[in-house]
Amino acid sequence: MDFQEKKNKNKPYKPIHEGISEWPVYLLSKNRKEFLEEVAQKSLERIKLLRPTRKQLIDELETTVYREQNRLKRNRWRVDPKDEPKFWSQIKSDLVELSTKTGDENSRKEDEILLTIIQRYANEIAGNFKPSSYKVAREVIKFWFVRLLNGARVKKFGGFFRNRYTLRDKIQIVGKVKMLRKLAKKGTVVMVPTHFSNLDSILIGWVIHSLGLPAFIYGAGLNLFNIKILAYFMNSLGAYKVDRRKKNLPYLEVLKMYSNLAIQKGAHSLFFPGGTRSRSGLLEKQLKLGLLSTAIEAQRSLYQDNTNGEVKKIFVVPITLNYHFVLEAPELIDDYLQVKGQDRYVEQDNYGSFQMVRFLFKFFTKGSNISVSIGAGLDVLGNYLDDNGNSLDDQGRIIDNRDYFISNGNLTVDMQREDEYTRMLSQKIVKEYHRINRVFASHLVAFITFEMMQKKHPKLDLFGFLRLPEEDQEIEYSEFLETFKRIRKEIYRLKEEGKVYYASHLKGEAELVIKHGIGNVGIFHLLRPVLRNKKGNIITRDLNTLYYYHNRLVGYELEKFI
Amino acid sequence: MKNSSDKPIGVIGAGNFGSIIANMLAQQGSVLLYARNEEVVRTITENRVHLGQQMHPNIVATNNLSQIASHCDIIFPIVPSSNFRAMMKELSPYLHPYHILIHGTKGFDVSLPKGKTIQSVRTLSRKQVKTMSEVIREESVVVRIGCLAGPNLAKELAQHQPAATVIASPFNEVIQTGKRLLRNDRFQVYGNHDLIGVELAGVLKNIIAIASGALSGLGYGENAKGLLISRGAVEMVYLGKALGGNTSAFLGLAGIGDLVATCNSSTSRNFTVGNRLAKGEILASILEDMEEVAEGVNTVQIVKKCADFYKVRALITENIYKVLFENMTVQEALDYLMRYPLNIDIDFLEPAKTIR
Repeated sequence: MDFQEKKNKNKPYKPIHEGISEWPVYLLSKNRKEFLEEVAQKSLERIKLLRPTRKQLIDELETTVYREQNRLKRNRWRVDPKDEPKFWSQIKSDLVELSTKTGDENSRKEDEILLTIIQRYANEIAGNFKPSSYKVAREVIKFWFVRLLNGARVKKFGGFFRNRYTLRDKIQIVGKVKMLRKLAKKGTVVMVPTHFSNLDSILIGWVIHSLGLPAFIYGAGLNLFNIKILAYFMNSLGAYKVDRRKKNLPYLEVLKMYSNLAIQKGAHSLFFPGGTRSRSGLLEKQLKLGLLSTAIEAQRSLYQDNTNGEVKKIFVVPITLNYHFVLEAPELIDDYLQVKGQDRYVEQDNYGSFQMVRFLFKFFTKGSNISVSIGAGLDVLGNYLDDNGNSLDDQGRIIDNRDYFISNGNLTVDMQREDEYTRMLSQKIVKEYHRINRVFASHLVAFITFEMMQKKHPKLDLFGFLRLPEEDQEIEYSEFLETFKRIRKEIYRLKEEGKVYYASHLKGEAELVIKHGIGNVGIFHLLRPVLRNKKGNIITRDLNTLYYYHNRLVGYELEKFI
Repeated sequence: MKNSSDKPIGVIGAGNFGSIIANMLAQQGSVLLYARNEEVVRTITENRVHLGQQMHPNIVATNNLSQIASHCDIIFPIVPSSNFRAMMKELSPYLHPYHILIHGTKGFDVSLPKGKTIQSVRTLSRKQVKTMSEVIREESVVVRIGCLAGPNLAKELAQHQPAATVIASPFNEVIQTGKRLLRNDRFQVYGNHDLIGVELAGVLKNIIAIASGALSGLGYGENAKGLLISRGAVEMVYLGKALGGNTSAFLGLAGIGDLVATCNSSTSRNFTVGNRLAKGEILASILEDMEEVAEGVNTVQIVKKCADFYKVRALITENIYKVLFENMTVQEALDYLMRYPLNIDIDFLEPAKTIR
């Protein structure tokens, strides 16, 4: 196979800290109790600020109870604690009792109820990082990954026990690795990757480890903890739990406070700012601003608490993950097409531990590479940085970040201003995603196939087109080849302009690249999105999945050149 | 109400509007007014009279841009759009993220490839056409940006006639600051979060102002003007949406408000251009006897080319363009518009139809 990725020659990176005892995440879990108490207290203050009158607060509590009991009735998960119904009915009766009494003899009672709820949430969200199980999990993952890889690739007796291939050959890490390592030593890193697959969490965990970085705390969807094998690894890798079913104010505030304080204490963090996995296969365009805002708030708090002297800076590092194949693609795109126009998804997982393992096995034994592009570090306002972590403006002049929070010469707290900053930061991250995205042959093949097929039906809208029978769609190979060359040229041009990257396998003889692309796009799906028929022409077995893989390259205005 | 810090407020640009704003700001505290021309600085300092306005004693004139940035946290840049980017480049090294900039310039900035002119390019997109707030973002580290827009004819403001303005900014802080500094018993200040929409409204209305001048040049009366203003407003909404604004900005003070004022202001440059075109003069000779370029003439060219790019039907703009640059007469343009089959009065308030 000549069009394989170049073998990664880099040696493994040395850890940037000597031992786990120095890791911020370890220090955090060592003082877990005090930390959670602080989270609870500060959340309480924040919620009381947002709901200043007694009536507003009680209304909020009632809404919370109502929603929680509703959730219990409609949507219970395996991970949910057993005592939940009891807890919430107790809260409810406390609230009823409260409303029968009047006057200020019980003016503190609602605070107490709120605090009870907050403490429960804080405990539920908090991760539990244990160095011993971290090490075990790390070794287990490494051992089995390497075994699988070599067993499949080295076609000799005993290949299973060889170490010829390492994960680094399977997963390419490209981009600003050195900078990331430097920033992690200088300040606190907030990593914000794109989110396509449930595999992302493990993948990123491995990437962080193999770059020699200490474990990151990260917000993982609670739904993932339904899958026991994932739950085990994530618990030990410093994950905290984000429950997307809970939209009530106390929960969201506790969650944000947890992230905010952890960042302030120097724990490197990771969250998927797109929220859920991209349903459409599009690179994230709209980010969830809640957790992102905690990075800005944490930075401001650090400036507030240290009026003079060095302040630890927070660095935001965008990352894109590129796959030939996303296990969940067919389900995700069906979800997307069904509810297009409404933007709420409830995470449903049709995959248990068994499917996960089977997928991992397939993934490691067959030729489907993954690449991880590390973007340039940004400050919390989205400015680029120099090598020492100083923020730079477009002209390369150094900016003092504190100035963003200064009004009339004083550092001020202005939530609306910070909301706006969050929006600016999220726009910058989205732009970076597109810029550091790496085009794979499989993406390009899917993109061109779909666009060419759709172009033949100019009168149909998307849904009309997707309803057409797959058997009728066929593209002349020679025509496809021409278009492929043309679009690839456009991608080269975009790269020149610094707007996208491409994998090294995209270069070279076009026919070979197409073959590579077709051979890899959605490789393990039952119905392959792109194939060639006996005549050699391009066909599809599943338009929806094709649409999904095609979406990866939407946003570069390439459709103009079809 | 006093300015809460002792720092002076900066105003960049000592034209008609800049001087008025400086005078209004000076009622509440000290103002540092930048004029590019040293002569003007001297006149203001010595005579206290500039462009027919008595300058407030709280105003200090300067010729030094860096001084404005280092002395003032809040700055109002009010310079013609054609000089705006150059001014920002000069000012930028002295600016910090704590600065607040509220500009009062109604116009576009156009970046063209070398050797091209606005006339020679076929279409223009938002990649080349920027509003002033976008220029500020591109050229400096300042993020807390706002703009001033609305029916604010300098002459009337100078006479303390009642008026109002809009401060548009995504930041409440900027809106509050603008209100605090500018509001007085003759001047009301409204806030709007749609910065781009408000900026666009302020620019697009210049086109309709030319058309208004043309109608009056043909001797037509108030019915025709009513027709023009309402259809003009609809066209502004469509163009504005294509260029990145929201409908609501165009219905407010900076949209309809400014449109009505400008279409009735017979002394404005845009109106004059339209008026003289209708009387049969050609553009070149009109521009020859004007001291400053009518902003609207440029706007028509830019917007026409943007409309082509974004495939927006902008009938009034297209026809004014033909009159200005393609030798169509005003009468012909009017005949065309009157014959054009359009019968829906307002269709942008309904929920948009889903396309594709």
